[in-house]
Amino acid sequence: MPTLILKRLVMTIPSLIGVVIVTFLLTRALPGDPAAYFAGPAASTEAIEQIRKSLGLDQPLPVQFVDYVQALVRGDLGTSLTTGQPVAAEIAARLPASAELTLLGLLVSMAIAVPLGILAATRPGSMIDHACRIVTTAGVSLPVFFTGLILVYVFYYLLGWAPAPLGRLGIFDSPPPTITGFYLIDSLLAGDGTTFMASLKQLALPALTLGIFALAPIARMTRASMLAVLSSDFVRTARACGLASYTVVVTYAFRNAMLPVITTLGMVFSFLLGANVLVEKVFAWPGIGSFAVEALIASDFAPVQGFVLTMAVLYVALNLAIDLLYGLIDPRARMDA
Amino acid sequence: MTALVATMRHARYVVSENPVTGLSFGLFLLIVLAALFGPFLVPHDPLASNTTMALQPPSAQFWFGTDQLGRDIFSRVVVATRLDFGIAVASVVLVFCMGGLAGVAAGFFGGWTDRIVGRIADTIMAFPLFVLAMGIVAALGNTVQNIVIATAIVNFPLYARVARAEANVRREAGFVEAARLSGNGEWRILVFQILPNVIPILVVQMSLTMGYAILNAAGLSFIGLGVRPPTPEWGIMVAEGAAFIVSGEWWIAFFPGLALMIAVFCFNLLGDGLRDIVDPRRRT
Repeated sequence: MPTLILKRLVMTIPSLIGVVIVTFLLTRALPGDPAAYFAGPAASTEAIEQIRKSLGLDQPLPVQFVDYVQALVRGDLGTSLTTGQPVAAEIAARLPASAELTLLGLLVSMAIAVPLGILAATRPGSMIDHACRIVTTAGVSLPVFFTGLILVYVFYYLLGWAPAPLGRLGIFDSPPPTITGFYLIDSLLAGDGTTFMASLKQLALPALTLGIFALAPIARMTRASMLAVLSSDFVRTARACGLASYTVVVTYAFRNAMLPVITTLGMVFSFLLGANVLVEKVFAWPGIGSFAVEALIASDFAPVQGFVLTMAVLYVALNLAIDLLYGLIDPRARMDA
Repeated sequence: MTALVATMRHARYVVSENPVTGLSFGLFLLIVLAALFGPFLVPHDPLASNTTMALQPPSAQFWFGTDQLGRDIFSRVVVATRLDFGIAVASVVLVFCMGGLAGVAAGFFGGWTDRIVGRIADTIMAFPLFVLAMGIVAALGNTVQNIVIATAIVNFPLYARVARAEANVRREAGFVEAARLSGNGEWRILVFQILPNVIPILVVQMSLTMGYAILNAAGLSFIGLGVRPPTPEWGIMVAEGAAFIVSGEWWIAFFPGLALMIAVFCFNLLGDGLRDIVDPRRRT
């Protein structure tokens, strides 16, 4: 197992190098003069020259790249023009909000999609199979911001069950003491039931929105791979040996069928991290997505660059985790490595 | 000619076998008509504001209601079809050319071409796609044209991989060897022998990614990139209506969102249907 981890770690290095090069090139591709851009519209020529020097933009491109990488190694992602704060600190402060939302969204969709896919595969042609097909076809067509708005309309305006879509806590609640940055976990650790319920209420709709979004690919994959496994020889043998249907489906088929589903999770995460930005905008969620959107609107590029880099590094790390999980579940993958 | 007739017959068979595909072809026609003639057909001026009629719910006069400036939402939704459809088609055609050519070259020549194209595709895939699109639009500048470019770039790996695989299995095929032996240059073989065989599969890929292209572009304009108000566009209309959802004016965001959803749904079904028509394994 340690060699597997090492090998997979080495495999992520080219991806990371590519990610750093692309995020570097993105700033240098800014239309016009980046120095004038960073200086703002009211800057004088001398001020622009000064900024060019201070940003190192008078240096040749390879030197600039080395500077950029050195700054990255120090954990320096530049400074936001609008807030004047270091981007790295802002992203670190907002990351838990996004992570909590995304992970809960994934949990919600797994909790619905996996049983749905299994039931559809064990009863082909039944009502639940048709329901699964409708969900998977309709699910990929739903714009995630549209789903979110419909949920807000139904559960906030019509039914009044959900709180106003305005961030992680209501205006009268105070956040729990920060340990992990996840309000749900922190409030539990602090033994604060009221805050836990309050943050759960705020989280419910955005997490459900993300969950509905990620439902389709997971359910489709679960159904397809369950169908394939259930028609294989070892399942037939298990059935012929007289094992209970439950044992065959859950113990024998399910474990094998989960492998392709875990592989799909990589793609699901790509979608989820993107959709996260839109959901954060709909629910005024104070995560890194809405941070990037605010910066985009203000033409403040350093936060956007930091955001793109953070998301890409997170995504590479998630794919690494998925690969390792795969090796953990499937002994054959360990042998190959 | 007989091949064309056979394809038509097969297409009719697919449509009659699967009524949903027929429905999606009908919807597609409707979207194309709205994109072409929408601005001439709508009952109201999509840009004319009339504050005395602001925030009217759907009625006989305003089928989809009016927005905060009294503009007719039905007219705006129909007129927006051209822009949304145009962005999606332009980006898909762009990536068809870029990804298709790069992929075919990679699969046919192998070696360094293959390695470079593969590395570019891998690097793009290392990003969450929507996030990369955001970064590209932010860097290149906040215009509709750059939304098209960004959407094309994030779809590049899909096209390049499909084209590469299809070209790779044909590089040693009999007809390619025959062309080579009769003295054709490598580029000539690529363009006249390999490319025509890869194009049908890429066309299916185009219709499969059309839905994603529309969603991606609408998502970008939803967060305020590219299209500027008061231009009618589905994503930005949903964004404008979002503020009114909490006070119960659902129709402002609902109808453009519904149009978006139907368009994406239609393209996804169409892609599946087209795949059934083109896929030779299905053609018996």
